Amino acid sequence: MTKVFQAADATDLVTDLRRSFDAGVTRGYEWRVTQLKKLLLICDNHEPEIVSALHDDLGKPELESSVYEVALLRNSINLALKQLKDWMAPDKAKTSLTTFPASAEIVSEPLGVVLVISAWNYPFLLSIDPVIGAISSGNAVVLKPSELAPASSSLLAKLLEQYLDSSAVRVVEGAVTETTLLLEQKWDKIFYTGSSRIGRIIMMAAAKHLTPVVLELGGKSPVVIDSDTNLKITVKRIIAGKWGCNNGQACISPDYILTTKQFSPKVIDVLKQELEAFYGKNPMESKDMSRIVNLDHFDRLSKMLEEKEVSDKIVYGGQKNRDKLKIAPTILVDVPFDSQIMSEEIFGPLLPIITLHNLEECFDVIRSRPKPLAAYLFTQNQKLKERFAMTVSAGGIVINDIAVHLAVPTLPFGGVGESGMGSYHGKFSFDAFSHKKAVLYKSFVGDAAIRYPPYSRGKLRLLKALVNSNILEIFRVLLGLS
Amino acid sequence: MEAMEETVDQSLREMRETFASGRTRSIKWRKAQLGAIIEMVKDNEEKMCDVLFQDLGKHSTEAFRDELGFVMRSASTALNFLDKWVVPKKSNLPLLFYPATGKVISEPYGTVLVLSSWNFPISLSLDPMIGAIAAGNTVLLKASELSPNASALLTKLIPSYLDTKAIKVIEGGPDVATILLQHQWDKIFFTGSPKIGKIIMAAAAEHLTPVTLELGGKCPTIIDHHSVSKDMKSVVKRISGGKWGSCSGQACISVDYVLVEQSFASTLIDMFKPVIRSFFGVNPKESGCLSKIVTKKHFQRLSRLLNDPRVKASIVYGGSMDEDKLYVEPTILLDPPLDSEIMNEEIFGPILPIITLRDIQESIGFIKSKPKPLAIYAFTKDENLKTRILSETSSGSVTFNDLMIQYMCDALPFGGVGQSGMGRYHGKYSFECFSHEKAIMEGSLAMDLEARYPPWNNFKLNFIRLAFREAYFKLLLLMLGLTKGVRK
Repeated sequence: MTKVFQAADATDLVTDLRRSFDAGVTRGYEWRVTQLKKLLLICDNHEPEIVSALHDDLGKPELESSVYEVALLRNSINLALKQLKDWMAPDKAKTSLTTFPASAEIVSEPLGVVLVISAWNYPFLLSIDPVIGAISSGNAVVLKPSELAPASSSLLAKLLEQYLDSSAVRVVEGAVTETTLLLEQKWDKIFYTGSSRIGRIIMMAAAKHLTPVVLELGGKSPVVIDSDTNLKITVKRIIAGKWGCNNGQACISPDYILTTKQFSPKVIDVLKQELEAFYGKNPMESKDMSRIVNLDHFDRLSKMLEEKEVSDKIVYGGQKNRDKLKIAPTILVDVPFDSQIMSEEIFGPLLPIITLHNLEECFDVIRSRPKPLAAYLFTQNQKLKERFAMTVSAGGIVINDIAVHLAVPTLPFGGVGESGMGSYHGKFSFDAFSHKKAVLYKSFVGDAAIRYPPYSRGKLRLLKALVNSNILEIFRVLLGLS
Repeated sequence: MEAMEETVDQSLREMRETFASGRTRSIKWRKAQLGAIIEMVKDNEEKMCDVLFQDLGKHSTEAFRDELGFVMRSASTALNFLDKWVVPKKSNLPLLFYPATGKVISEPYGTVLVLSSWNFPISLSLDPMIGAIAAGNTVLLKASELSPNASALLTKLIPSYLDTKAIKVIEGGPDVATILLQHQWDKIFFTGSPKIGKIIMAAAAEHLTPVTLELGGKCPTIIDHHSVSKDMKSVVKRISGGKWGSCSGQACISVDYVLVEQSFASTLIDMFKPVIRSFFGVNPKESGCLSKIVTKKHFQRLSRLLNDPRVKASIVYGGSMDEDKLYVEPTILLDPPLDSEIMNEEIFGPILPIITLRDIQESIGFIKSKPKPLAIYAFTKDENLKTRILSETSSGSVTFNDLMIQYMCDALPFGGVGQSGMGRYHGKYSFECFSHEKAIMEGSLAMDLEARYPPWNNFKLNFIRLAFREAYFKLLLLMLGLTKGVRK
């Protein structure tokens, strides 16, 4: 794509898609199913190319690409195909005495023309999964993939154009300029995955047109480790969830660990042991981890490690190779709270461990920071689990595992506070791109004079009785006995 | 202003401390507050009717129906159903994740800001507050300065009935709102115009605060006279009651304009006249049943809409105004020009344009050419027309054969789409409006699958592929070594 995307292009794009939407192209069940099946074909026919693009962009191991991008997408599409009829059907709603006689229902209708802005770390998953939601709920959609994963972006553009109905589904590649031009248009919904900083910009642009948004942002997802846990399994899950998921560059990556001063040495020992079992003695050579995405992020992470009072807290790893964009799995202990590494989302292979005098303190630590996308706890203590689930505010909470809730379509996936607003996955994706229209069917039977002026005491009494659903009183007033 | 800034700072600090203490999470506390709201309205019914009469000229019956009764019912619904609403919702997990369990719990956002409006100053203040409290939040209400007596009464009553450490009221106008919006809230609920809605959302964006915006729009009413000819008297009564019987047309879900076929227009107008007279007598100004225009500014706005010579020429009924009494007569227009101001902004007053079409089917295209309204009303028994309206137009809600009543139906979500707003409330939707739906998943430490962990190899890859497809039998074969791999 060599043509430069300009303001007129953005306007034309939205006009085109709006025309298609208004013509009813995207509304029918058949169209939606056809598009979803085409997405399935993309997964079936092009997995090797997808794996290759992800390897080019991120050095992502084949298993991560196959499983965390393609397989998850396939499941998401199949679920939508299976349940779409159900999702599209109106929900009946109850009516009450004050509105009698009437029947009511809630109808799901598409919002119109929507914009999906994707991220670079899971470029296929985070592009196509929201698009599945947009299409299944009957919208026309523009996807803007991240320019920081260029091979994936161009493959997405090619495949979506090849397989999907381009009168209603388009891809715009580009960076800040293109995104800004897109954001000036009026959309019926904007779905953004990325950083809190840009999330603010997106919402502010959306405000100009009163466009509702879903913002899937990030944060520092803490992991609390209780000493009564099965430490080996705990550590293996943390490693798989951190370094095994795009090398820590994931929104729900375990960002830092909270545990007691007493238990911490054991945790570090087992971490070292299992890291070696997973990645060998030379993790920099291991093919089972993604690399750091680019120089900007490499330098950002390097700076974190080099900060005074941080560099001397490294207890494992710390090796870096700027040419290869690799940083070894690195563990640090008790870095200062006001250090860079503890103030911003790490999004990389560094794992600080903060030790506490007793585990209780973890609640204050977590509460004193912005609400994260996920919070994790490893324990066998039932009371602690309950307290954690009830009082820690985060997008989602996982106990005794890491990140898996992302793959569960019956759980809403989204943030709160700094980590975002709105949610998706499964039916929540369908709902995210739908307007739930309330419909009330009334009949002409029973036109109560009490509704109309002139108002009188009798009317007021009857109204009160109706409002209180006080049948006896209603009869009494009607019979003139009250 | 400095004093106000200090007040806001202090209030927020106290609200945050209160929320952190966990007090508002207790179901007992929430129920006590909800009960106190009911008490507050019951004990002060007369006073509330008084201030509504002072601010808006509302008759006490209208006040009860639209505000007081409504609030009491809303609070008792929340009281009765709260136990049910707070129960975590179990999620069924795919077999793949066994023995993990999943659920979703509704958690309060924290500190909530409710910005109320002047036209239903009691219910548009208390109803969102009921939702915020039921969901376990602390809440600050900014009552509108355009309904000063109602706001002053709320400012006086709320601290004496409700928990002042968690529930607060501030009176004031745009300058107070500006101060409030500079702070970080966990949720903002706004009722008002789209113009201000944009400002609110932009301010909320600075703090990534989720918002519910209950805005307005031009709510059209379609009259398909062919199919409802038998019930036309009822139709006209309902439209008249909905338009002039509720705050004199100053309501977000009021009928803004009517769409009807050319051939029926004059009959329709003739039917309105006796109905209006039966409601308000020969001199509506003296009837005591017609609300007044809220302020001189709004009066002048309506005056300006009517004074457009082309609009004036289209008046077929009413048209008289009295600035001192803030009175505008129930007025009907016939085909004012479509490019006039009155046909391009929300009227919010007792003026009813009737727009004629050759064929009622054209109403669909007409409505689609305008921003999505909060409500569409259609009087018709024609199933095809109903289907077309539902599937070809978009609005917050659609009500067939009546007006405004969707507001009373607790089981229906109340909210807009596009220019008419985002988010919704009423009934359990109020509870959800002020809750973060938090997913909780619990795994087991007892079982572990090696295939989950690096170093990766083909076996693990195939295992996971099959597991994802829930191809459990093939998975078993793989583990028994009876199959090597899986078709990609």
